[in-house]
Amino acid sequence: MSKQPARARKVDARDFLGLDAKLSPEERLIRDTVRSFVADRVLPEVAEWFEAGTFPKEMAKEMGALGLLGMHLEGYGCAGTNAVSYGLACTELEAGDSSARSFVSVQGSLVMFPILTYGSDAQKQEWLPAMARGDAIGCFGLTEPDSGSDPASMRTAAKRDGDDWVLNGSKMWITNGGIADVAVVWAQTDDGIRGFIVPTTTKGFTAHDIHKKLSMRASITSELVFDDVRLPADAVLPGVRGLRGPLSCLTEARFGILFGVVGAARACYEAALDYAVTRDQFGGPIGRFQLTQRKLVDMLIGVNHGALLALHLGRMKDEGTLEPAQVSFGKLDNVRMALGVAREARSILGANGITLEYPVIRHMNNLESVYTLEGTNEIHTLVLGQAITGLNAFT
Amino acid sequence: MRIAVCVKQIPDPAAPYELDPETHFVVRPEDQVLDDTDRYGVEVALQLAEAAGDDASVTLVSMSPSGSLQGIRQALAMGADKAVIVDDASLRGADALTTSRVIAAAIGREGYDVVVAGTESTDGYTGVVPQQIAEVLGAPSLTFARKVEAVDGKIRIERQTQAGYDVVEAAPPVLLTVTSGAVEPRYPTFKGIMQAKQKPIDTLTCTDLGVTADNQQVITSVDPVPARQAGEIVEDEGEGHLRIVAMLEEAKVI
Repeated sequence: MSKQPARARKVDARDFLGLDAKLSPEERLIRDTVRSFVADRVLPEVAEWFEAGTFPKEMAKEMGALGLLGMHLEGYGCAGTNAVSYGLACTELEAGDSSARSFVSVQGSLVMFPILTYGSDAQKQEWLPAMARGDAIGCFGLTEPDSGSDPASMRTAAKRDGDDWVLNGSKMWITNGGIADVAVVWAQTDDGIRGFIVPTTTKGFTAHDIHKKLSMRASITSELVFDDVRLPADAVLPGVRGLRGPLSCLTEARFGILFGVVGAARACYEAALDYAVTRDQFGGPIGRFQLTQRKLVDMLIGVNHGALLALHLGRMKDEGTLEPAQVSFGKLDNVRMALGVAREARSILGANGITLEYPVIRHMNNLESVYTLEGTNEIHTLVLGQAITGLNAFT
Repeated sequence: MRIAVCVKQIPDPAAPYELDPETHFVVRPEDQVLDDTDRYGVEVALQLAEAAGDDASVTLVSMSPSGSLQGIRQALAMGADKAVIVDDASLRGADALTTSRVIAAAIGREGYDVVVAGTESTDGYTGVVPQQIAEVLGAPSLTFARKVEAVDGKIRIERQTQAGYDVVEAAPPVLLTVTSGAVEPRYPTFKGIMQAKQKPIDTLTCTDLGVTADNQQVITSVDPVPARQAGEIVEDEGEGHLRIVAMLEEAKVI
């Protein structure tokens, strides 16, 4: 049969700008696969995980079997997809919950990425295949109780003792800390900041989970404590010195976030849209009110702006032209957008908007964390300010 | 073991179907998706191939305008080895018998030990193509399998019946149809999706297969489904259940 022209489509409330057509068949298939996985495995249970404050560790293996862990990395059992596919997977995961995206970001971008980029061959062989399968879970130790936006002020330090290193200090707000098999820990040394691969079974290593969170509740967040943790000489990542190491990891993770939060925002928008056309007040659906339509349209525009921005930056990353300041642009604006959309959606859902029966308050609370983590909104503002003026406002 | 799986690319069922006003055929967009019921057939085929060992192969066989091949790639990404697509303008709107002859010819050309199909397509719903393929191939058909296994060189299935199930078996070459829910179809893995790009997809025409589309049935007219009638509301004043039982008896459902 001859090829027929694509069916004329009416405007789709869920893909208003027709971005689907800008994706390759593989990108769409990866996106659809993650969407099915999230619908089957995350959405039915995530409200319970959030309420109970847990993340089921067995998800790691399921995500590994799918190929989500380190999916955009090459070799060592990783799928080797392009950056846009990784971004689209993040969008779908975060449409489920920021914790699912966060798990994948930490594993792939913050732990596997530095091991692949800066690690020795032995380090790669030891950790990457197991992490890609989800048999080993990683965490990333940079932030400290007194060292957040200013990581150069970190106190955790590793000192030489013969050939060994001895690590002391602590790290705070560490995603997956309490369930991790391995930590990539950044520490001061006589040779500047270096990265260390620390198996969590090493004597002197302890992790304490942080409770009483009201955000990212379906994610494990921990404090890591190093009390004379003795590491062999080959625990250090040989390929990088200085803050460039951890900052390059954060740029990778921010890339996942700028795609991911589009998913959280989309989930809130869709929940609000469904609610607005089915919730009757004053004799008809509230979606007929001008005030509600204004909110829905603002959300629609925000979500689609965010998706366009993410896709554009993703294409640049695949071309190899993406600059860290452009990633800051995406992280800053898309998280700000997503948080605004979540709050607006909550107002459309009224009282129902505050329950875990609907996804909105969960996303809204999660996004408060995402607003701050991997570079606060304020820090990214200053990164952009410096990029366009050449003037440094940090010091 | 050479396993052929019948799969079909269909318009996305999430979007309303459009019919061509002259031919009454479904308008097929460039992007078609894998019929969801076919995922079960693909999964059964992959499981049979995995149990059979390394020299087993799974070949997808499909007749449709190839379009973007999105649906075929999805099945390849699940793990099938190759695909054979029959794409020929003369087959537009092909009826069930023509479809069966064409697909049987494509399967026969490839060679097979086992043919796996779903029970019916989600766009056409004739439900007779697999059995007709078996007839054209001269192979026994084991239909409505809710469980499939290879035992002692035979394919044994549990055949879903209204009362329960029958256990039936046949030695290859054999065709079987698989009910939705018989197995849990795997997700395509990302490695599978990346590898699917490299897997061979052969496109054949009627001439390649030596078949022609003659004596096709013609759809003379199409009528919309009648609008649903409003239901009856039973006011319960203590005896509502009797009225409901009476209604269910009238409807012959109890």
